[in-house]
Amino acid sequence: MINIIGRNRFLIIRRSVQLLIILAFVASSRWGWSVLKGNLSSAKVLDSFYLADPFAVLQMFFSGFVASSDLIIGALIVLLFYALVGGRAFCSWVCPLNVVTETAAWLRRKLGLDTTTDNIRIKRNIRYYVLILSLLLSFVLAYAAFEVVSPIGMLQRGLIFGFGMGWAVALSVFLFDLVVLKNGWCGHFCPLGAFYSLAGKLALVEIKHNVDNCTDCMNCFRVCPEPQILKNVTKKTSLIDSGECTNCGRCIDLCEDDALKFVLKNLKNNKNEN
Amino acid sequence: MKKVQEDSSRRAALKTMLRGAGLMGLGGAAWGGVADGLQASELTIRPPAALKEAEFVKACIRCGSCVEACPYDTLALATPDDRTAIGTPYFKPRTTPCYLCTDAPCVKECPSGALDIGKITENDLLNINKSKMGVAVVDQNSCIAFWGIQCDACYRACPLLGEAINLKFERNDRTGKHAIIEPVVNRELCTGCGLCEHACITEKPSIVILPVDIANGKAGSHYIKSWDKNDEKRINTTKEKSAVEANTAEDYLNDPESLFDD
Ligand code: SF4
Ligand code: SF4
Ligand code: SF4
Ligand code: SF4
Repeated sequence: MINIIGRNRFLIIRRSVQLLIILAFVASSRWGWSVLKGNLSSAKVLDSFYLADPFAVLQMFFSGFVASSDLIIGALIVLLFYALVGGRAFCSWVCPLNVVTETAAWLRRKLGLDTTTDNIRIKRNIRYYVLILSLLLSFVLAYAAFEVVSPIGMLQRGLIFGFGMGWAVALSVFLFDLVVLKNGWCGHFCPLGAFYSLAGKLALVEIKHNVDNCTDCMNCFRVCPEPQILKNVTKKTSLIDSGECTNCGRCIDLCEDDALKFVLKNLKNNKNEN
Repeated sequence: MKKVQEDSSRRAALKTMLRGAGLMGLGGAAWGGVADGLQASELTIRPPAALKEAEFVKACIRCGSCVEACPYDTLALATPDDRTAIGTPYFKPRTTPCYLCTDAPCVKECPSGALDIGKITENDLLNINKSKMGVAVVDQNSCIAFWGIQCDACYRACPLLGEAINLKFERNDRTGKHAIIEPVVNRELCTGCGLCEHACITEKPSIVILPVDIANGKAGSHYIKSWDKNDEKRINTTKEKSAVEANTAEDYLNDPESLFDD
């Protein structure tokens, strides 16, 4: 029992954080609590200041609307936070769609679909083009282009305010990830994930691999949603410092040999460490 | 030899770039098409003090704060089946109208400026009656008051009763001894709150809220009301040039030949 919890430590904490954030929003909308009001696009915290989705505000800007100062400051706070802790911490610790795609990935492993049907090949860097495209389209269409099609938006608004047909979109993402492409949405297309990958390039919280403890079991490769970033694992002691790391800690959970851990990047010494 | 290699690698790079650009174009066109389909229908009724539709969909960050703030649960964020810009707030007056809260909590909670408190502020005071969410339009065929049956449900429901809706008394020619009491909307004063649509007793409402831009026509600046001194001043200030010079017009009238085809 202890072992099961220990081996899912970060998973359990992450799911709790994801759930608590959505619950705080629901509590505000149903019972008027004021911890977090609004939703993931923009939220008022403790009735005192705002947070905002920096990517949405950026699209707004490209569409030709200068957001209010509340939103700009809110977006900068969020951006700064993720720039420090690793941008894609949003993905694995906050984004509700992450629960959907990780469940699809898990089921895929369980059903053995990873090996049999994964025959289409799509480059993972396509998401950066989707990111550029969302900004270009926001400019051309004169409204935030990703926000109107975003499955993340539909899911989170659905959870907080009621779904309509919004659940169908989440289901499509789930099925796409399950039967079409491994880590299909988050690993290949999501422009928000791409945005946070760039934002978190220089983050201070990172995962460190210690090759001396590594037994080449490949557990981390099997479970990491972005396995390409583990290129040095089993080869040399190093920081996993790609912006694409979601800081989900699943590799740490599953590593039985204590070869991976979270570290705070020490700005001065990190040369020696690498 | 080296040059040839350079050339072909350059060509390869060019090809990849072209292919990338092509794919982005393709994706962009498809995405734009889908997004536009999911965009606002022009018939959407927005919360009070909303910016003009095109500006509104840019400005609204889809946070739902207005929805939460409304004590009557009037507003909702559009889901994919609502056929309007996904995630933006709207309301359906027949289901739940806007009760014109004097303190406009929805507008106050909006962080983005998509609901602009300036639009309902007059001399530094909030005046929710300045809202322009839409305008009420009566269907005179199905409104039973126009048949001569007594009903003033919309009139009585209107928070600006006597201003936004008035009753007009007409002779009932059918019976010869009754009045027809017609509800008439004043488009300048109507807020589009929809209390009338909500109250209307016909099976499908005979008074409905339409967005101002849809409901209102426009005469064009070349029509000037000569009986309105202020409007008549526009003759002198108008920037529009007449398409016909004064003397050519005169010549034309004095020259009957020009009326016949050669
Ligand atoms: S990649 Fe996109 S959908 Fe996936 S977790 Fe990150 S933000 Fe959410
Ligand atoms: S004015 Fe009042 S009733 Fe009307 S939408 Fe705003 S909060 Fe709701
Ligand atoms: S509060 Fe403002 S930004 Fe938020 S959903 Fe309503 S109109 Fe949009
Ligand atoms: S919408 Fe109807 S009830 Fe509301 S102000 Fe206009 S006429 Fe009156």
